[in-house]
Amino acid sequence: MKSNYDVIVVGAGPAGSIAARTAAEQGLDVLLIEKRQEIGDPVRCAEGTGKMGLSQFIEPDPRWICAEVTGARIFAPDGTCIELNEKLAGKEVGYVLERKIFDRAVAKTAARAGAEVQVKTQATSLIKENGVVCGIKGKHRGEDFEARAKVVVGADGIESKVGKWAGINTTLKPKDIETCAQFLVTDIDIRADSCDFYMGNLRAPGGYVWIFPKGKREANVGLGMLGSRFTGKHPIDYLHEFMAWKFPEGKIIETVVGAVPASGMLKQLSTSGLVLVGDAGRVSDPITGGGIYNGMVSGRIAGNVLADAIKANDLSVKKLQRYDREVREALGKQLDRNYKAKEFVVKAEDSLMNSVARSLHGVNFEEMSVPKLLKEIITRNPSMFLELAGLF
Amino acid sequence: MITVNRYRCGYCGACVSVCPRDALDLVETYIEVDDKCSNCGICTKVCPMGALELVEDEE
Repeated sequence: MKSNYDVIVVGAGPAGSIAARTAAEQGLDVLLIEKRQEIGDPVRCAEGTGKMGLSQFIEPDPRWICAEVTGARIFAPDGTCIELNEKLAGKEVGYVLERKIFDRAVAKTAARAGAEVQVKTQATSLIKENGVVCGIKGKHRGEDFEARAKVVVGADGIESKVGKWAGINTTLKPKDIETCAQFLVTDIDIRADSCDFYMGNLRAPGGYVWIFPKGKREANVGLGMLGSRFTGKHPIDYLHEFMAWKFPEGKIIETVVGAVPASGMLKQLSTSGLVLVGDAGRVSDPITGGGIYNGMVSGRIAGNVLADAIKANDLSVKKLQRYDREVREALGKQLDRNYKAKEFVVKAEDSLMNSVARSLHGVNFEEMSVPKLLKEIITRNPSMFLELAGLF
Repeated sequence: MITVNRYRCGYCGACVSVCPRDALDLVETYIEVDDKCSNCGICTKVCPMGALELVEDEE
């Protein structure tokens, strides 16, 4: 490891790896560090993502695609089912990935583009001069080190420290975090081409249960609940209850836990000498929880903005704020809208979810766009007009 | 003080993300709690596994 780079990226998830790759492709000297000893492991993800979005960043590879899904089913608390085709189901379905392999594949593209990659390497603080971030202090396999950089990229996920060290408040409020538990379950009867969602405050308060197929008889079965809805039972407790109800014979071969920022994008994503990407910048979707695509979008924008800034030898706050503007332009509208949607959904009583689902009986979702679906919900549930009309 | 049941912890980092004092850190499979902790207990409520507990300090 050297002592000087153009860019140091802290965290080798998809957002960090794409930032590192994009910067390296433009000739920058890049260090990508990962505090864990294995990139992509342990997994903290339901592993669903869209086909179209993903292929903008990496060629699809059967080695990291477990299943392809063509639609989604949403089950209201009373069991009423709404079936959505792929177009309507949104960009969180399409592929169910094997993140352990996928994350490594993305990191490899950064390495092949010229980035230096170091695992078991943790940032412990920032080097700052006159208020400007100009490197990191850290531990590399337990040994202290210092490395300077023109810009540091914080890609250190939900537990991000890098932003806080630079003075950006990234602390999540309990009402803005979905805390999740998941089992990889084998030998169960599932629909292998559908992502299924179970709503209901008894099953997952302020969240939902998901079943994402990973094969013909295998699936990620997990749930997220809102941090502020804790009343003594943790997600793992709710998950055991769901398993006992739905898959009592299922064999659990992996436990995955994690959390999703449901706060919407941070108001501030950059400061002098530093930008935040991916979950560190809270760019994951507050309603679907999807963060892979959004993270990679923010990583690519960061790589491009940093390359321009470094080539122009202008690393002023103003120059880096172009990153904030471009991420907001690319993702902000959808994140703002979906944050409002999340605030509405988490307050919904089970009876409301049931009546909306029942009201949609007979609607042909094959021919319907999202705005039309919302219009249909409002038409069939006029009392919801004021709450839903502002969302879309 | 906050105690961590290391056999139950899934090392996901949820607790770290909500700590208003930045008193928690996740290093590989190990949650560290430093003396900045104010014992607010927010972390115990977002732990997916129930691995964190707020217990009274010993005299």
